[in-house]
Amino acid sequence: MNVFKADDPLLQVHNVPRYYGDRIGCTDVSFDLWPGEVLAIVGESGSGKTTLLNCLSTRLAPTAGAIEYRMRDGSMRNLYQLSEAARRLLMRTDWGFVHQNAADGLRMNVSAGANVGERLMAVGDRHYGKIRETADDWLGRVEIASDRIDDDPRSFSGGMRQRLQIARNLVTHPRLVFMDEPTGGLDVSVQARLLDLLRRLVADLGLSVVIVTHDLAVARLLSHRIMVMRHGRVIEAGLTDQVLDDPREPYSQLLVSSILQV
Amino acid sequence: MNATAQIFDQGEYNFAYLDEQTKRMIRRAILKGIAIPGYQVPFASREMPMPYGWGTGGVQVTASILGKDDCLKMIDQGSDDTTNAVSLRGFFEKTANVRTTYETSEATVIQTRHRIPEKELREDQVLVFQVPIPEPLRFLEPRETETRKMHALEDYGLMHVKLYEDIAKNGHIATTYAYPVMVNDRYVMDPSPTPKFDNPKIDEMAALQLYGAGREKRIYAIPPYTKVKSLDFEDYPFEVQKFDKPCGLCGAEHVYLDEVILDDKGGRMFVCSDSDYCEERRAAGHVGPMAANPAAQQIGGHGTNAEEASR
Repeated sequence: MNVFKADDPLLQVHNVPRYYGDRIGCTDVSFDLWPGEVLAIVGESGSGKTTLLNCLSTRLAPTAGAIEYRMRDGSMRNLYQLSEAARRLLMRTDWGFVHQNAADGLRMNVSAGANVGERLMAVGDRHYGKIRETADDWLGRVEIASDRIDDDPRSFSGGMRQRLQIARNLVTHPRLVFMDEPTGGLDVSVQARLLDLLRRLVADLGLSVVIVTHDLAVARLLSHRIMVMRHGRVIEAGLTDQVLDDPREPYSQLLVSSILQV
Repeated sequence: MNATAQIFDQGEYNFAYLDEQTKRMIRRAILKGIAIPGYQVPFASREMPMPYGWGTGGVQVTASILGKDDCLKMIDQGSDDTTNAVSLRGFFEKTANVRTTYETSEATVIQTRHRIPEKELREDQVLVFQVPIPEPLRFLEPRETETRKMHALEDYGLMHVKLYEDIAKNGHIATTYAYPVMVNDRYVMDPSPTPKFDNPKIDEMAALQLYGAGREKRIYAIPPYTKVKSLDFEDYPFEVQKFDKPCGLCGAEHVYLDEVILDDKGGRMFVCSDSDYCEERRAAGHVGPMAANPAAQQIGGHGTNAEEASR
């Protein structure tokens, strides 16, 4: 499967802008993402983080520029030149998308097991017993008890929903996962457990992750590299520790110094 | 179908109620439906002189394919003489003046609600279904834009999610009617609310099947001898309902049975849902275990088809 070298980038973004009419969503964004790398995009509300994430994950077409992805066969393909069917297949096999609000990423009226099994069935799995076994295994990995497999996510707490959403995304062994504020709206102790879990899964599975967050602590814990965005532009990028310990731009300094100390 | 419909001066109505331009429009939709088996073709459904839910889609399809020489049979839940069937048969008797029948083998066009006749259909027959909700994915995905895209991209994982849920909650696939099928290895289709008992008959059927949904403005079709597979899991294969008793009146086995309450003391009987099939068997001398019961005799009726029709 790994026919390409480990030092080949998985995702290449060349000068991607997205305008909403005359307004800038994000502009001039270029970066490479390598296999197994976790990249955090941080910035305040309205800085273009989510717009950028949506462009990367083919949920929102960029105004110009190119986003290239290395397919499983090792070839580099421009995402927006793929057919819609191919993009969908990518979305449900090779990629994951974890929404801030778990209800957006889950089917709230079907059981947890079916939520996890949906991707398997979408790619042609037709053996109930095996699908259920896999779903059970994944629920275990995200610390959801087996006896909840037939319960609706409606009956789950916020933290459990978020973990279920993660299981649902990882069941097809994706190589790239997008996360939009995965810890938003959770209380701190649940956040801490979720972050532990994410860190373990990312390391175990060698996932590449693009994570959007306004919480620098999340970025610090999970990511290897960080991009600071403001007014739709990337104003600073570098290794996470470097940027957070020694921010160069005044805005990054402001952001880092705004963290509440307890 | 046999003869091209001509302007048929009956005073107020054009032949078979619809005007010729409308029929042309519907025939185009039908042809497209036949060309792409299982694909839901949008069409400009007309107001009909009956409420939605009475089979306005089926009536429009029937009106468009009916010729003067056709012989029409109307089925409502397997029976020829319940309200819906009687009303719609009367409608075409009045507006098209075509021959009508109760006998499956005599009919050239059969419009049905919820059942497929037990008797095997032939190549020279057309089966028209009345469809309430044509979209099999509707209760799983409420957005029409999304379901259309899912059909276009063959993105049918969701359909199995429903079946998975059935097994998880009930231990078996508990969907018993409107059981989703895969047509010609391409489109997932809702065979209208027929019991899943009838699904095997849809597969490789000799007769042309046309499905009309009036309110939802969709027509779809299955050409003769088309592969139609009921969706299932490898370890939970598709099965039809089984009945442990034969028909109470005619003794038929391996047919779809309706439960009939006989009295207020718990008396009940299971009889053929397909009333024409049952009467034909009784006329041929078959007798079921309940046939001698006086209450059952009343329900089964003594009249032959001809007598009933002439009433």
